[in-house]
Amino acid sequence: MDLPMSVASTSSVDLALGHRAAHKPRRLRLFAYGLLAPSILFLALFTYLPVVRVAIESLYDTPHGTGAAPSFVGLGNYAKVLADPAFRQAAFNNLVYAVGVLVPTLVLALAFALAVQRSTRFATVLRTVFFFPSLVPLVAAASLFFFIFLPGVGLLDYYLGKIGIHGPNWLGDSDIALWSVIGLTVWKNAGYYMLFYIAGLQNVPRDAVEAAMIDGANAWQRLRFVLLPALAPTTAFVTVIALIQLLTSVDHVIVLTRGGPSNATNLLLYYIFQSAHENFDYGKAAAATLISVAILLAISFGSLRVMERGARGDG
Amino acid sequence: MAKLDKQVWPALGAALLSAIAFLWASPFLWTLVASFRPDGAGSADMASLLPDLHPTLENFRTALESGSFGIYYINTLIVVAGVLAVQCVTVSLAGYAFARLRFPGRDLLFYAFLLQLMLVPPALIVPNLRTVVDLGLYDTLPGVMAPYFASAFGTFLMRQTFLALPRDFEEAAAIDGAPWWAIIWYVLLPMARPGLIAFAIVSVTTHWNEFLWPLMVITSPANQTLTIGLAAFTMGAESGKEWGVLAAGTLLVMAPLAVAFIAFQRRFVDSFVFSGVKG
Repeated sequence: MDLPMSVASTSSVDLALGHRAAHKPRRLRLFAYGLLAPSILFLALFTYLPVVRVAIESLYDTPHGTGAAPSFVGLGNYAKVLADPAFRQAAFNNLVYAVGVLVPTLVLALAFALAVQRSTRFATVLRTVFFFPSLVPLVAAASLFFFIFLPGVGLLDYYLGKIGIHGPNWLGDSDIALWSVIGLTVWKNAGYYMLFYIAGLQNVPRDAVEAAMIDGANAWQRLRFVLLPALAPTTAFVTVIALIQLLTSVDHVIVLTRGGPSNATNLLLYYIFQSAHENFDYGKAAAATLISVAILLAISFGSLRVMERGARGDG
Repeated sequence: MAKLDKQVWPALGAALLSAIAFLWASPFLWTLVASFRPDGAGSADMASLLPDLHPTLENFRTALESGSFGIYYINTLIVVAGVLAVQCVTVSLAGYAFARLRFPGRDLLFYAFLLQLMLVPPALIVPNLRTVVDLGLYDTLPGVMAPYFASAFGTFLMRQTFLALPRDFEEAAAIDGAPWWAIIWYVLLPMARPGLIAFAIVSVTTHWNEFLWPLMVITSPANQTLTIGLAAFTMGAESGKEWGVLAAGTLLVMAPLAVAFIAFQRRFVDSFVFSGVKG
C-alpha cells in the first residue's frame, strides 16, 4: 500500500473555477466535499458508525425475542466471551490457521512465480492453472473439497487408496480437520499471491541478478541474497492482505465443518457468526466483533511501519 | 556433462511443474468429469478422474430442477450490477476529488477512506445487520449491496488512474466552459477506462463469489443468491450422495466467471495485479 500523499495538485478545475470564483475558495471546498459526500455517507453508515455502535452495544445485554429492554452490563460481555472455551479455542485455531496457511502460501506463491515468470506458452498455461482457484467462490471450493475429503470414496482417499495409503477422516477427526481446512485455503490462495510475486520479480533490477551470477552465486544464493531482499516489500504487503483475509473469511468453515468437530475448526469470524446468527447472543457477538476489529487495526497499523521500512529498503 | 545438465534439469523441472499443475487442477478436472458422468456409474468409482464413455447432461438437469438456479442467477446479477453501478459513481467522484482538488483535510480524509481496506465489511457483519434492519432493508437485495456502495479500493484505484492522466485535455475543456461533470464524464472517464475496467473485474468477481453477508441478510428463498443456493445444495447432497449433481451445481455457479476469465485472461490477471499493487 503505497501512499504517496505529496502529489501537488493545482487542477484544471481549480483553475477553471478559479477564473469564475477566485474570491470564493469556499465554493471550491464545498465542491470537493460534495464529490466525496456519497462515499462518505456509505462509509459512515457501514464502516465508521458500526464500530461505534458495536462498541456501545457490547456493553449491553440484549435478550433475544423477549422484547425486554437491553440492560447495561459494563464489560460483562467481554468477560463472558473471554471465559468462553469456544472463543478461546476459536482464537487459538485462528492463530494456527493464519500461520499454517500463510507460510506455505507464501513459499508456493514465490515458487510458482519463479516457475512461470517467463512468457512462454507453457508458463502461461501454468499461470492460469495456479491462479484459477482464487477466482471461484470459496463456497464452491468448499463444495468441491467436501467431496475430495469424503471418507473412503472421496477423491483424496480414492487415489491414496490406489497407492496403498489409508487416509484419516479428513474433516471428522478433530486433530486433522483444521489442517484439511488449511490445505483447502492454501490451494485457493497461493495462485492469487503468485501474481504479486510475478509483478514484484519484474521490478527486481536485472543488474543485481546478473552481477550475482558473474560473482558465481548459485541459484539458491541468488534467491537468498538478491531476490528475497528485493522482494521484501511484496512479501510484507502480501502478508498483510493475507492476514486480513484469513481473519475475515469463513465461508468454507460454514459449508464444510460448521466449526466442528468439537470446535476444532472454529475461527473468530465463525464464532461471531454463530453467536449472532444461531445463538442470538447479540452482546457476545458484539464484544467478539470489537475484539476482532482491534486485532485487524493492530495488524494494519503495525504493518504500515513495516511496509514503509521495507519500501525504503532499510528494514 | 554440461550439455546433459542443460537438457536434463529443465526437463525434470518441467515434469515436476506439470505434476504440481495437475494436482492443482484436479479438483476442477473432477468437477468436469463427475458432472457429466451417468448416475449408474456407481459411487465406488465416483472419484475417478477418467471421463465416462457415455457423458450425460442428467446431473445438470437434476441440479437445475432441485434448486431455483434461475432465480439465483438473476439475484446474483442484480447484486453484482447494482453494486458496480453505484460504485462507479462514488469511486469516480471521490477519486477525482482526491486526484485533482485541493481542500482542507484531504490527507486525513484519504486515510479515513483507506480504513475500509482494513475494516473490511465481513468483519462488521453484526452491527451492519442491525443497520440494515433499521433501514428497512433486511431480506432485500439492496440490503446485500448497501455496505459496498463506497469502495476505498476503487477510490484509491481511480485516484491513481486520474493522477496518471495529463491535465491538458481537462484544462482545454474547462477553458471552453465545460461544467465539472462534463469534464469528468466526457474527458476524464474515457481516458480512465483501463482503471475502471480493472476495478469492475475485481468488483464483479468479489460480489459474484460473496457468501457470508448475503447469508446473514437474506431469509426468503426468492431473494437468495447463487452462493447461498449452492451451500444449501451441498448440505443436501451430503444426505443424498448425489455427487454428480453436486459437481454439476458447483460448475453452474463457477461457469460464468470461468468463461469470462478464459476469454479475457490477460485483462483479469492484469486487473488483479493492479488491484493488489495499487490498493
